[in-house]
Amino acid sequence: MPVSHITSTYHAPECEGDVLRVRDLFFTYPDGHDALHGVSLKLCGGDKAALVGPNGAGKSTLMLHLNGILHGRGEIEIGGRKLTRENLPEIRSMVGLVFQNPDDQLFSPTVFEDVAFGPLHMGLTEADVRARVASALEAVRMTAYKDRLSHHLSVGEKKRIAIATVLSMNPSLLILDEPSAGLDPRARRSLINLLRELPISMLVSTHDMAMVKELFPRTVVMDEGRIVADALTLDILADEDLLLVHGLEKP
Amino acid sequence: MHYSQIPMHIPDNFLSLMVSIIGWIVTAVTLRFAISKTNKSLGEKQIPLMGVMAAFIFAAQMINFPVLGGTSGHLLGGALAAIVLGPWAGMLVMTAVIAVQALLFQDGGLVVMGANILNMGLITSAVGYGLYRGMYEQSKPLKLAVIGFAAWLSVMTAALLTSLQIWLSGNAELRIILPAMLFVHTFIGIGEALVTVAAVSFIMQTRPDLLGEGSESASASRNWAWVGGAIALAVVLFSPLASADPDGLERVAIDLGFIGIAADAPYQIIPDYTVPFLGETFISTIVAGVIGVIVVAAVMILIGRGLKVKSSKP
Amino acid sequence: MHFDAFDRYHEKESFVHRLDPRVKAVITILFILSNALLPDGAWIALLFAWMFLLAANVLSSLGIFYTLKNSLIALPFALIAVTVLFSTPGKPVYSFFVFSSHFVVSDAAIVRFVSILIRSWLSVQMAILLVAVTRFPDLIHALEHLRVPVILTTIIAFLYRYLFVLVDEVYRLIRAREARSASLHGHRAGGGIFWRARVTGSMTGQLFLRSYERSDRVYNAMISRGYAGHLYTLNPHEMKPGDYFTLAFSIALIFILQLIGRL
Repeated sequence: MPVSHITSTYHAPECEGDVLRVRDLFFTYPDGHDALHGVSLKLCGGDKAALVGPNGAGKSTLMLHLNGILHGRGEIEIGGRKLTRENLPEIRSMVGLVFQNPDDQLFSPTVFEDVAFGPLHMGLTEADVRARVASALEAVRMTAYKDRLSHHLSVGEKKRIAIATVLSMNPSLLILDEPSAGLDPRARRSLINLLRELPISMLVSTHDMAMVKELFPRTVVMDEGRIVADALTLDILADEDLLLVHGLEKP
Repeated sequence: MHYSQIPMHIPDNFLSLMVSIIGWIVTAVTLRFAISKTNKSLGEKQIPLMGVMAAFIFAAQMINFPVLGGTSGHLLGGALAAIVLGPWAGMLVMTAVIAVQALLFQDGGLVVMGANILNMGLITSAVGYGLYRGMYEQSKPLKLAVIGFAAWLSVMTAALLTSLQIWLSGNAELRIILPAMLFVHTFIGIGEALVTVAAVSFIMQTRPDLLGEGSESASASRNWAWVGGAIALAVVLFSPLASADPDGLERVAIDLGFIGIAADAPYQIIPDYTVPFLGETFISTIVAGVIGVIVVAAVMILIGRGLKVKSSKP
Repeated sequence: MHFDAFDRYHEKESFVHRLDPRVKAVITILFILSNALLPDGAWIALLFAWMFLLAANVLSSLGIFYTLKNSLIALPFALIAVTVLFSTPGKPVYSFFVFSSHFVVSDAAIVRFVSILIRSWLSVQMAILLVAVTRFPDLIHALEHLRVPVILTTIIAFLYRYLFVLVDEVYRLIRAREARSASLHGHRAGGGIFWRARVTGSMTGQLFLRSYERSDRVYNAMISRGYAGHLYTLNPHEMKPGDYFTLAFSIALIFILQLIGRL
């Protein structure tokens, strides 16, 4: 049965202590391109949600807002704290943003330096930094790679290290942009397993509908700068009209 | 080899110690100035921008194209870097490129690196940017023509400086090295000019907004135009004269004591220092060498102190 | 794709590999300076300098002639030193005329020429050894410790990191160019020099734009991890007694080498 506006029928469960709350976010690029058009979104602690939609829908723009790289009109709260210029450093340690291309994320010559970058710039002591690096690498099962050179890693390894570079900041929310893009099946599989294991709330932008189906209970659909659907993944995938209109494919 | 093939990276021991030290001092002072300038103009974005741009220049040097016979042309990049990033950032970027070429690939020596940076990084940026800046208000074809000339001249200036340094070190005869270097680089410079013009015109068409990056104030622009013009004039007038009458230049240098200073200065810094059984030259040479090292180290430490960006344990 | 041609480091378990990178950098510089200070024709001292280099090779477990085999890249520049043969005064050994110019080769000139070649050749080998036994990121740390401005070492670190990424892009661009510039039999491929320069220039411009955009994304990745204009670095290296001893011992050897050169 086609349902055209799932948004109206679905309400994210009320919860205490939202990790993320976005209200009426608007953003226009300097060149006049209208990227976000009144986006509202809420994420509870422990939520793992997929963010899907065609290219140019505004997914990446939204993500860049969530840790203050872009500033639009509207309100963003992280862990109950409003995002302002004053508390930007704090917010940035709470929101771990992992970019699509790991070569942009890993800008240091060695794995250690990259994973240590976040904690170092949070002002932690050397001992704390080392401890954070060790536990972040442990979490992505890459402890043995600590002293490796970044350019010697495979794409899959780079993606895991990229995740470690933000885990070392102990974020309460993980934002990932296209984590499974460009991975071979085995690397993709191990990444999916890793995301499943990580005990952190996450919002993951992706075109990989098979991964969405397998991993995320909740799916948010964006198109033309708006959220057009926000529902249980099972319901979204059952709505073939919705998928068709927004250029999505059923896995 | 994949990397630079321009015969301008001086290896170690082809310059005398004194010329090497003078090269380091000039380079260090200029770089210190460049660092404080880019700190102001680019702010916190300067590090990723200059870092990736340094990799860009390095990679761009690998794009070569066949010119004549078996030779191939490719970019040196000083003029291009200065035009797209501004003169000071261009200098820092070229310094990193030359340092990596020397450290990682032994393309150019370590003790003579100061001179190499001066020749291939600092002077090329200054000439390239100065001439370009002088024509900033002009029409596009004229601007491109000047960019081409600036790129060509930047290579010629570097070749001229390189020859003079080797000659002052007493390691080549001017009447041979100067015409030879200038002749070879006339053609290398043409390749530099063509590629630089094509690259800048490509950027003008696709992202003209980027060429304003690192733009200087009006008075600074005028100064740069003067610097570019002055160096250009000096090179254009000096090269033919020196090539036509190198013996004359040599006589002048000897009369002024330049050659003596360059080749023998380590012995003259402390002329009265003698130790009976070891002899005068030995000890004074060692001490002079040590003094040279201390001078270089002191300059480097001064630079380190003067920096805003400091390495520190949090 | 990996460009291992850019990796000069040779993974080995050896005494020299374990030395603090600062010690290795300083010894290398001192060795090169020492070569520059040796007088022309100090054959015995040069021989000892070579033995010092061979010993360093052996202690690095790279094989005694490792640097020798990799040192030919510096030779082309030696052509420039050929002119020394005609410019050093001394007892004439050989003379000839070219275009009415009189060239005289003296005994002192030959001594000087050969000395320059040997010195520069030994120096280049030491520099080769330095990067073969020191990982480049460690070398960058050594420069930091030795008070090279942080902004320069950081640019160098970025250059090293993105060199590999951008070189991959260059090869993609070059392959794309080659795929499109097929030549018919008997016809000259790909236009004149201006056309070729134009293609090269466009590729360079394209590479510039991609690099520029990448620097934007890298900047985003940096600020999203707390960067705000100040760079903080850890000091991963500590000088151990063995490092101090090796440094002192090497300096002493180089000093003795200078003594021998003057006797």
